[in-house]
Amino acid sequence: MAFLHPLPVDRCGVHRYISLSSTIVTGFFKKHCNCPKQFQLLQGNGFMGKITGSQAIVRCLQEEGVKTIFGYPGGAVLDLFDALMDSDITNVLVRHEQGAVHAADGFARVSGEVGVALLTSGPGATNGVTGIATAHMDSIPLVILTGQVPRPLIGNDAFQEVDIVGITRPCTKHNYLVSNVEDLVATLREAFHIARTGRPGPVLVDLPKDLVATKLTYPEKTPIHISSYQPTYNPHPVQIEKACRRIMKATQPVLYVGGGVILSNSSKELTELAEKLSIPVTMTLMGLGAYPGSQKLSMGMLGMHGTYTANMAVAESDLLIAVGARFDDRVTGKLADFASKADIIHIDIDPTSISKNVRVDIPIVADCKNALTAINKWFDAESDFQPMEQAERLKPWLALTREWTEKHPLAYKENNTIIKPQYVIETLHRLTGGKAIITTEVGQNQMWAAQFYTFDYPRHFVTSGGLGTMGFGLPAAIGAQMAFPDRTVIDIAGDGSIQMNIQELATAKQYSCPVKIAILNNGYLGMVRQWQELFYNKRYASTTMDVVPDFVELARAYGAVGLRATTKSEVEPVIREALQTNNLVIMDFKIEREEGVYPMVPAGKATTEMLLV
Amino acid sequence: MKHTISVLLQNKPGVLSRVTGLFSGRGFNIESLCVAETLDPKISCLTVVSRGEDSIIEQITKQLNKLIDVIKVTEINDKDYVEREMVLLRVKAEAHTRAEVLRVVDIFRGKVVDVSAKSYAIELTGSASKIQAVIDILRPIGIKEIIRTGIIAMSRATKTK
Repeated sequence: MAFLHPLPVDRCGVHRYISLSSTIVTGFFKKHCNCPKQFQLLQGNGFMGKITGSQAIVRCLQEEGVKTIFGYPGGAVLDLFDALMDSDITNVLVRHEQGAVHAADGFARVSGEVGVALLTSGPGATNGVTGIATAHMDSIPLVILTGQVPRPLIGNDAFQEVDIVGITRPCTKHNYLVSNVEDLVATLREAFHIARTGRPGPVLVDLPKDLVATKLTYPEKTPIHISSYQPTYNPHPVQIEKACRRIMKATQPVLYVGGGVILSNSSKELTELAEKLSIPVTMTLMGLGAYPGSQKLSMGMLGMHGTYTANMAVAESDLLIAVGARFDDRVTGKLADFASKADIIHIDIDPTSISKNVRVDIPIVADCKNALTAINKWFDAESDFQPMEQAERLKPWLALTREWTEKHPLAYKENNTIIKPQYVIETLHRLTGGKAIITTEVGQNQMWAAQFYTFDYPRHFVTSGGLGTMGFGLPAAIGAQMAFPDRTVIDIAGDGSIQMNIQELATAKQYSCPVKIAILNNGYLGMVRQWQELFYNKRYASTTMDVVPDFVELARAYGAVGLRATTKSEVEPVIREALQTNNLVIMDFKIEREEGVYPMVPAGKATTEMLLV
Repeated sequence: MKHTISVLLQNKPGVLSRVTGLFSGRGFNIESLCVAETLDPKISCLTVVSRGEDSIIEQITKQLNKLIDVIKVTEINDKDYVEREMVLLRVKAEAHTRAEVLRVVDIFRGKVVDVSAKSYAIELTGSASKIQAVIDILRPIGIKEIIRTGIIAMSRATKTK
């Protein structure tokens, strides 16, 4: 949205003069003194003790440890981009603002840091909304900076004006319109604080153009205290005691683990608990990797496309221990039949998640890491508890879960010539040693990736779980690759969803991100088609993509490498070549057109009513 | 079941729309809503009356607490409390009904605040049920206009129960 604001010419003019002179000054020092510290110092309160709002924002970003941001310029954020040029922060110039927010999101998911996006006012900001809502649903810490028209024009339907604070109120954790320059730095610090603490989430800060051009004295950093925002980090000991006593009595317990475990970096504590107590683990889409999928206590994912074992185990369990999960409808199916024989312990930092969909017997409001640590400690100190005895006691239960897996393992009908999508994912897993960062688009590609790329590590699976945003995978992969330039990042895509943000190929190329895109190409909007096949008498309304670009040619057009596999035997060589290429690669796999994702629980049915392969 | 919830919040632009947006976005109902500054001009007090099962009210309370600008949420119905509502009524008052209207106003300790040849404007304060009783009695005589403030409530300092 690179239109200049036509109105405040005088303001712009004056400001340009100021920023120009400051650029000359800093440029001089950049050239003539090699000491970066001195340079940074000049960046700060500089000669005159005052700096512009945009310089203050840049300094604040540096203070927060930000090295990479994702943005797209425009009239309202010219000053900010100008100030960024004098800093060590890299702006990744995306090709669409939605891509900026998804990329910041992917960056945050793999690194655990706050992702930052910088967008201009009006359409720049509204284009970012899907990205913001995606991050909000999955509790991803982001700070989104948007430009706004100058304060005197707010509310006047000015050029590229939109009430982005109003628009994003329901899809941010919190948002601000900064209206006093004295509040600018404090607001930004608060935004980072809110984004990364408690249940994380996106925070938007709207910055009027005239405000960021105003001079201010950069305030000293003081501890942030927001009296009305005090997340509960430590579990109540009484609740921990209650939960542990209940766990001791359980004969068929299940650990039901969600994204909260990954966000709180508590995989280690969770693994310790599961193994000490021999409790089988099932993970939500967001929780994959929280417990190693290849370990024998793992039952895989649960819910609509979960494993037979996981869904049966939840239905039969007498104690469900939910950790950082929120009982989403894709997990529970018909609520009345979900874990109907079980008592429920629910650990979550967000009290609103508790007893929202399913009644909870023992709620524990706390950070997952602290709660799991407290539970582990309780068992270590309890003299009545012996891990060996516990393992013995749960033997029949674990045997039952294994029986289910033997009866109905995660499987598909293999074929010697036609490419099965599941085979592609399995081969990707084998050839990357299960160590790649996998991002996905949304639909069948996402579910096959979740089912067949056995995730052993947290922060390796990046997917839009809550909002289900097609077009997420490619920009998120770019964000992930920017965070870890040396790791293998693979976007598992469909031929439909890859087209939703395909313009970001240019971004990947410009910033030398060797992302590998694996398109599972069936010429359909596969997941919707699957529903039409099952529930709409195979009437494929608007799900056939008759015209799809030649992805190999498209890759070449973007300076990337394009590879294609049309038979099973070509799959492995294509993946090998892609993994050896230090460039952006598109792999176009022509897969079985009407392959379905199974098991599947039809919407509204109990999770035990699975359609199997 | 009717619930009265009292909310202390930061007196900042946009805070009210965060609250009302939460109600509409999550499908909670608002029966009435009152908001004004407290002694501390930085803090507002909002009283909202909603209807729903206990589980819904629990969600409303939790969701309100989750808003960054919300300082404190109290469910007033849990406690012994006083509630008041004010109403302004314009009632037909013609020759044969004028005395009757005045009698009703007197009984309910209301005040006539505006008089014209054909009507009285009446100010009345009380619990929601008292207001409803006045309305029921005056309706046959003819209510031409009605404006209600919605309920405000305060828990009692010492428990009487």
